[in-house]
Amino acid sequence: MENLLQQLVNGIAWGSIYALVALGYTMVYGVLRLINFAHGEVYMVGAMTGFYAAHALGVADRPSALGLAATLLAAMATCAALGATIERVAYRPLRRAPRLAPLITAIGVSLLLQNAGQLVLGADPKFFPPLVASREAWRVGSLAVSNIQLTVMATAVVLMAGLELVVMRTRVGRAMRAVAQDADAAALMGVPVDRIIQLTFVLGSALAGAAGIQVGLSNPKIDPLMGLMPGLKAFVAAVLGGIGSIPGAMVGGLLLGVVETLVAGYLSSTYRDAIAFVILIAILLYRPTGLFGSAQAEKV
Amino acid sequence: MRPGTALALGGLGLAFVLLEWVLPRALNPYYLTILTRIGVAIVAAVSLQLVNGFTGQFSIGHAGFMAVGAYASAALSVYLGSEWLAALASALPIWLARALYFPIPLLVGGALAAVAGLLVGIPTLRLRGDYLAIATLGFGEIIRVVILNVDAVGGARGFALNATSGVDLRFEDLGAIYAVVALSVGVIARLAYSSAGLAFRAVREDETAAESIGVATTRVKVLAFVVSSFFAGVAGALFAHSEGYIHTNSFSFVRSFEIMVFVVLGGLGSITGAVIAATVLTAAPEGLRGLGELRMILYSLLLIAVMILRPQGLMGSRELSLAPLRARLRGRRAAA
Repeated sequence: MENLLQQLVNGIAWGSIYALVALGYTMVYGVLRLINFAHGEVYMVGAMTGFYAAHALGVADRPSALGLAATLLAAMATCAALGATIERVAYRPLRRAPRLAPLITAIGVSLLLQNAGQLVLGADPKFFPPLVASREAWRVGSLAVSNIQLTVMATAVVLMAGLELVVMRTRVGRAMRAVAQDADAAALMGVPVDRIIQLTFVLGSALAGAAGIQVGLSNPKIDPLMGLMPGLKAFVAAVLGGIGSIPGAMVGGLLLGVVETLVAGYLSSTYRDAIAFVILIAILLYRPTGLFGSAQAEKV
Repeated sequence: MRPGTALALGGLGLAFVLLEWVLPRALNPYYLTILTRIGVAIVAAVSLQLVNGFTGQFSIGHAGFMAVGAYASAALSVYLGSEWLAALASALPIWLARALYFPIPLLVGGALAAVAGLLVGIPTLRLRGDYLAIATLGFGEIIRVVILNVDAVGGARGFALNATSGVDLRFEDLGAIYAVVALSVGVIARLAYSSAGLAFRAVREDETAAESIGVATTRVKVLAFVVSSFFAGVAGALFAHSEGYIHTNSFSFVRSFEIMVFVVLGGLGSITGAVIAATVLTAAPEGLRGLGELRMILYSLLLIAVMILRPQGLMGSRELSLAPLRARLRGRRAAA
C-alpha cells in the first residue's frame, strides 16, 4: 500500500513535467490546428540552456533557490525566443497552405534542432548540475517525498496557475481564446491574429523550457535527442485530455505520468513506452475527442 | 501489338536487363544498397499515398505495418522457408528455386500486415482528422513494442535472416526487387484511378456528401487502409530480405514520419509525386554525405524550404504522365 502511494507520488512528479509540455501542444493546436512536432525539441533546448546557464552563472555546484530561479528564467526566455522564431520562419508563411504542409515543416524543424544540437553541443549525454540538493523533504512511514519532487510539482503548479490567469483573466488571453474559436472572426473584431499566435508560441515554449529544467533536476542525464520520446508522449497526454483544452492537458499529463510509473513499477518497464498509447486508444474509442474535448458538429 | 505497347514492353525489358545485369556489375555494393532502399521507400510511400492522399485519412503509423510484414516474412523464411528453399534448390536450378520461393514471404508479409491493418482500421477509422493520426501512430508504436518483447524473433537483439539449411535467404537482385516495386505501384495506381478509387476520392473531398450519394464511407476507408497496409507489409518484407537483418528501431515513429514526408512533399494524391519524393529523399542524405556532419542539417533545411516554396508538394495532386506527349504525337500523325 505504501509502495503504491510512493509510486503515485513519483508518477505525479513525472506527470507534471508531461503536463507542462502538453500545455504547449494544446495551446498551439488551439489557435492553429497544428501539431507542433518541434515542441519536444524546444523542451530539449530548455534543458540544454539550463545546463549552460547554470555553469555560466556559476551556480552549478552551489545549490540555491536564487540560482535555480535564474536558471529557470534563462531557459524559459531562450525557449520563448526560439518558439517565436520557429513560428515566424516555419509556420507563418504557410498560414493559408494545405493543412499538412506546416506539419512537414514542423518535422523539418524538429530534425534541424536535433542535428544542430548534436553538431554544436555534441551527441554525448551531459549531466545536469544539481541545482537542488537532493534530500528527503517529507517522510510518512516508508513514503518519502524528495525536495526535488516538491520543487518540480510546485513550479508546475505555479506556472499552470499563471497560465490559467493569463488565458482567462487578461485581454491577451481573451484574444487567444477568440483566435482559437474562429481566427477570421477574431481578425474582423480587431484582434491582431498573427501577434496572438506568436504570443501563444512564446507562452507554450516558455512552459516547455521550464519542463526542460524540471527534467534536468529529476533525471540529470540530458542529450540532444532527449526531446523525441517525451515530446511524443506529451502530445499523447494533450490528446488524452482533449487537444485544445488547457485543463485537459494538465489532467492528461498527470494521468499519463501516474500510469506509466505504475506500469513500470508493477508490470514491466519494457512495456512502459507502449502503455501511453494503449490508454490513449482505449480512451479515444470511448470518447473520440478526448476527456475534456468537445465534439464539433458536422457542418453540411 | 500496337506500337505504344511494344515500346512500353521494350522499355520495361531494357530496364530489367539494366537493373539485373548491368548495374550490379557497374556499381559498387554501396550504391546497390541505396537503390534497394529507394525501392522499399517507393513501395512504402505509394501505399501510404492511397490512404493519406487519395482517401484523405490522416494515418501516420505506417512503419508499424512495415514491421509486421518484415517480421512475419523473416520468421517464415528463417523457421520454415529455408527448408522449402533448400528442397526447391535440390530439384531445380538455383535461380528458378529462388524466383519460385521469394514471392511467398512477400505475400505472407503483406497478408499479415493487411490483417493488422483490418484490426487497427475498423475501430480507428471512425475517428476524424488528428485523432485518427494519433491513434494510428499509437498502434504503430504498440506493434513495435510488442514485437520487441517476442523472443522468437530476437527481441531487443534484432533478428538476422540466417538459414539453418545453408541456403542464402537474402534477396538482393535489383531486377527482381524493382519488378516487385513496379507491380506494387502499378496495382495501387490502377486501384486509385478505378471506380473504387473514385469512391476513395469522394470520401477525401467530403465525407458527408459522399455518404449522401451512397458511398459506404466506412467500408471504403477500411478497404483503402487494408490495401495500403498490405503493400506496407510487402515493403517491410522486401526490406527484411534485402537487408538480411532487422531491428524494431527501424520501424519506430521516426520511420512513419519519414514515409509521411515522402507523401506530403511529393504532393497529396499524386502517385508519381510519392515515387519522386521517396527516390530523392532516400538518395539525398547519401548524396550529401560529402558534407559530413552538416548533411542532416542541410537535409532538414531543404525539407523546410521546399515545403514553404511549394506547400502543395512537388507535384500537387497531378501525375507525371506520358499522355500529353502521346496526344501530341497522335495529333501530328493526324495532321500529316
